[in-house]
Amino acid sequence: MKSLQELQAIRDKMKATVNTRDNQNCNMRIVVGMATCGIAAGARPVLNKFNEEILKRDIQGVMVSQTGCIGVCQYEPIAEIYDGDKKTTYVKLTPEKVERIVAEHIIGKTPVTEFEIGEVKE
Amino acid sequence: MFRSHIMVCGGTGCTSSNSEKIIEAFNRELAENGLNEEVKVIKTGCFGLCALGPIVVVYPEATFYSMVKPEDVKEIVEEHLLKGRVVKRLLYDETSQNDTVTSLNDTEFYKHQMRIALKNCGRIDPNNIDEYIGYNGYEALGKVLTEMTPEQVIQIVLDSGLRGRGGGGFPTGRKWSLAAMNDADQKYVCCNADEGDPGAFMDRSILEGDPHSVIEAMAIAGYAIGATKGYVYIRAEYPIAVQRLQKAIDDAREYELLGKNIFDSGFDFDIDIKLGAGAFVCGEETALMNSIEGNRGEPRPRPPFPAQKGLFGKPTILNNVETYANIPQIILKGPKWFSSIGTEKSKGTKVFALGGKIKHTGLVEIPMGTTLRTVIEDIGGGIPNGKQFKAAQTGGPSGGCIPASLIDTPIDYDNLIAIGSMMGSGGLIIMDEDTCMVDIAKFFLEFTVEESCGKCTPCRVGTKRLLELLNKITSGNGTIEDLEKIEILSKFIKENSQCGLGQTAPNPVLSTLRYFRNEYVAHIVDKKCPAGVCKNLLQYRIVEDKCRGCTLCKRLCPASAISGEVRNPHFIDTSKCVKCGACFAGCKFGAIVKE
Repeated sequence: MKSLQELQAIRDKMKATVNTRDNQNCNMRIVVGMATCGIAAGARPVLNKFNEEILKRDIQGVMVSQTGCIGVCQYEPIAEIYDGDKKTTYVKLTPEKVERIVAEHIIGKTPVTEFEIGEVKE
Repeated sequence: MFRSHIMVCGGTGCTSSNSEKIIEAFNRELAENGLNEEVKVIKTGCFGLCALGPIVVVYPEATFYSMVKPEDVKEIVEEHLLKGRVVKRLLYDETSQNDTVTSLNDTEFYKHQMRIALKNCGRIDPNNIDEYIGYNGYEALGKVLTEMTPEQVIQIVLDSGLRGRGGGGFPTGRKWSLAAMNDADQKYVCCNADEGDPGAFMDRSILEGDPHSVIEAMAIAGYAIGATKGYVYIRAEYPIAVQRLQKAIDDAREYELLGKNIFDSGFDFDIDIKLGAGAFVCGEETALMNSIEGNRGEPRPRPPFPAQKGLFGKPTILNNVETYANIPQIILKGPKWFSSIGTEKSKGTKVFALGGKIKHTGLVEIPMGTTLRTVIEDIGGGIPNGKQFKAAQTGGPSGGCIPASLIDTPIDYDNLIAIGSMMGSGGLIIMDEDTCMVDIAKFFLEFTVEESCGKCTPCRVGTKRLLELLNKITSGNGTIEDLEKIEILSKFIKENSQCGLGQTAPNPVLSTLRYFRNEYVAHIVDKKCPAGVCKNLLQYRIVEDKCRGCTLCKRLCPASAISGEVRNPHFIDTSKCVKCGACFAGCKFGAIVKE
């Protein structure tokens, strides 16, 4: 170790690890439904996409977590985003939709209305 | 990229209750479920709540599972990690009351604590230097070497008010500045990890959970006093700590955080481990240095103090593991931050190994000035089985006891000395009404008699004579004059012994005599042990009206001391009775009494 920059480089590399363990007090929580129905509908790639995007864009203070069955199995994969006490429910997610949600909702603070449960067409 | 981390405690306590098997099971189950690319298993150091081990914490949710068995792993993986459903039956009780999951930091055990020295314990993988760096590790060393002069470093430590955590409480900054003032071609930085007090395991847990913090601090100390060489003196009975520390030193060397020209500053520093064979006296600084030099572990006279002539006759500083663990954070967060925690003369926090008659045995770190009541009733969860708190013992064989009447004493160096105990290295043993205080004094004195190195007479002979007096009392042959003899002899041992071992050896006797003199008197005058512990003063008797003549006690008695016919009251022959208590514990009718 010859310089503080080298040390900083290792710290940057470890950022994801630290974030995973230190995000309990964050304001924003993304919860992906991972019951059998969710997994079958493709929730796992959605969950992983959330994690990837957050790491890639270096977003602090957001926890990505999972839960069981949310109850509307026909709309899986589902993710709920808690921002303080405000809850937004996104349905029929795909990794591509996740990218937009992260950009517009997580960063831009504007929910992507067209992916919300109220907008879904049968 | 791992979306979830499973932290499994790999401290000595949890390891001995099979946490290695739990880790294996996790890796196997994760692979079977195709999750090994998404979920990572990490072996950490101690979480502190040893009574509920083995402990498993799942991040990012920080779900706290306690008393996990290898058989439970499949369920955790399939439910929690695959489907996101927390396995409620394995949650630590307090986190799952009223159907809501409480955050760990809000539980009674953790919310009164403040973790500085234990900051990374249970949070990082101690075998992975990158994780330590990820949590700002080696940043303090980098800052010191690139931005500060040695004098500035010492000033920060002085300003922080940090005092030695090994027991004596000498200001760390003063120790450093004394060693820095002495010119020499070679100086040494030593770390005392020879933790010998019965029931104490703070230093072991820090080395097992966060070894790099000690390495980093020793390098900082080396820069401050002008030393290039460090030694960690650690007992060989701590195999996990030794192995992790060695790995940490090797990794630090690989990253050139130890070795030549660290951070391109021209500063060289390296550390070696010296294993101790477990002699208690080697925790005394001069005996420890003798032992590192390869000589017999006996204390040498002071002065000269180690800061003038220490290891190999060179200026040396010796600090305890916990003291070092505070240093990097003092450098990073500043002396004002540190000195804002604690009491007027005792700054920061102190780690205690909580043991004895208490629900949550384990490791706790509290701000100085926290009362004993908070530690026992809130953090410790109280005394089990509805018993009454009687006294707490601090400072191990060098310390004394704190009676129930002083439970509201704020814990700091000076308060403990004022009430006849001492901080010590941090063993905190809780005793309930079933503990005999004379017996406790005897227990600690037996330890010091055994561990006295024998070099000076007051300690070698004095403690032995003192123990004989206690034995005389507990066997029912004591006289009231013996109490005075004990006091005179104790004073003599304290004043004339060469090192701290002898100078403090009578403390457990003196402090129990101070607060529980009536118990000593009961042993001597009434020939009774009020707590029912001292065998020679005990008699078991069968109450005739209560005895149903079931013959159980007769069958249980290993000495055939009980006689009697079926359905007739039985009788104990006290001349044959060995007072093992088997009949007492076995009787279903409460017909046997201890008196």
